[in-house]
Amino acid sequence: MAPPAKRLSGFSKKAQFSLFTGYLMAGAGALLGLVLLALSLWQPAAFAPLRGAARDVVAPAGEVSSATRGGAQGLIAGIAAYLDAGRQNARLRAEVELARVRLAEAEAIKAENRRLKGLLGLADDPVRPVATARLVGSSATSARRHAYLGAGSRQGVAPGMPVVSDRGLIGRVLETGLISARVLLLTDSESVVPVRRARDDVIAFAEGRGDGMLRIRLVNLGVNPLKPGDLMVTSGAGGYYRPGVAVAVVAQLTPDGAIARLVAEPAATTYVAVEPIHQPAAVAVLSGAPLSAADAPQTPPRPASSPASGAGSAPPSAEAAGE
Amino acid sequence: MMATRGPRARGTTYRQQINRAPSPWRVHSVPYLSIMLASALPVLLIADVMPLAPPLGFILLLAWRLVRPGLLPLWAGLPLGAFDDLLSGQPFGSAILLWSLAMIAIELIEARFPWRDFWHDWFTAAVLLVAYWLACLLLSGAPVTREMLEVAWPQALLSVLLYPILARMVARLDRFRLARARRID
Repeated sequence: MAPPAKRLSGFSKKAQFSLFTGYLMAGAGALLGLVLLALSLWQPAAFAPLRGAARDVVAPAGEVSSATRGGAQGLIAGIAAYLDAGRQNARLRAEVELARVRLAEAEAIKAENRRLKGLLGLADDPVRPVATARLVGSSATSARRHAYLGAGSRQGVAPGMPVVSDRGLIGRVLETGLISARVLLLTDSESVVPVRRARDDVIAFAEGRGDGMLRIRLVNLGVNPLKPGDLMVTSGAGGYYRPGVAVAVVAQLTPDGAIARLVAEPAATTYVAVEPIHQPAAVAVLSGAPLSAADAPQTPPRPASSPASGAGSAPPSAEAAGE
Repeated sequence: MMATRGPRARGTTYRQQINRAPSPWRVHSVPYLSIMLASALPVLLIADVMPLAPPLGFILLLAWRLVRPGLLPLWAGLPLGAFDDLLSGQPFGSAILLWSLAMIAIELIEARFPWRDFWHDWFTAAVLLVAYWLACLLLSGAPVTREMLEVAWPQALLSVLLYPILARMVARLDRFRLARARRID
């Protein structure tokens, strides 16, 4: 390609000046970018309103693409299911038999649970989701693993709220726009979730590795009690997540814990629910923000304690201030 | 020979162009709109495991800059980068910085090599894309781990391989941009 003629300034003062101005403006742009970058690395929430507005514009398109994505996956799954219907039928029948037995057991356990809770005088309200929405997009080009949600502050979504699918935990709301929100996925390398093993109280942290797997780091070091196939659920420590939501399945052991695979893959879900912060008062205390309610509990649950179900039920009016 | 070619040539395309001029709106908006659209497109993809999509906006910026030198002003990285930052998930300012630096770098390369062919352009774009990919990883705000590099390198490869296709697309868009759409009376 031939060079444009106006690049060659020659002796024309005007051309030289405009060339110089171009360089000056580009240099100033780069410098401005550097300043803004430093600012946003130092204060990640500084540009949240701007980003929220841009996301609000893109979110409706995301609704459409998300609907078609769900439809396409359903179609492929339907064809695959049709192809091995016979085998699947037999397998499912066996599974249903097993599930009936398990269901009966679960009913019994539920009844026992209710009785014991009645004895203890504990009342657990069922968690009502703040909003139900689609995942409309993600930061697909970036090294960060953020997803965009089709519900925002107008629907009552606030930063810090956990996002769950029907299979398990997806992540946590980082910032909100009017009709969209940014969700920190579990696989992001900045994400840390306090977890425990589902069948006993082995406490650990699940950290994103940035490559789609989670690193499970045990709190109590010693003999590694984990085994491949163990299900890790949220422990409720820290106050953000309610205890007992499935997070990951252990795939491979490491000296200080394990590498685990996600239970709820965001790409495979269509609808997700945004739940209220489990214990807003505890979150406010832990994040060092001033409490808005005077009668909040004075003892924040320690991260290494067993599931913090009894550690002071927070008054629902207490608001978690932003992070 | 003209007798066989004449009527067809007169009949369709050439006659329709004879009192037409490019529409000024199209001439000035197509490069910017196409780059902004390319910045917004990867957002619609759900990538939960790894950075999946190549930085389409940046590739298109390079393609417009290299296929049509002199069209985008030197400071175009500032507004276009700011738009990309709003959607890409990178910390705000990273694309402003990197896109501006890329524009300056191409300007310097162009001053050194005024006459280039396609392979030279592709090489320039490839070097810039790989540098951009690495810089984005470093500036993303997350600690760079070995695992992250392992899952992210296909993104760099894909963007380098995608450049020729997008450069052809930009050439098509340029024809659309300069199409004689406005009737002169």
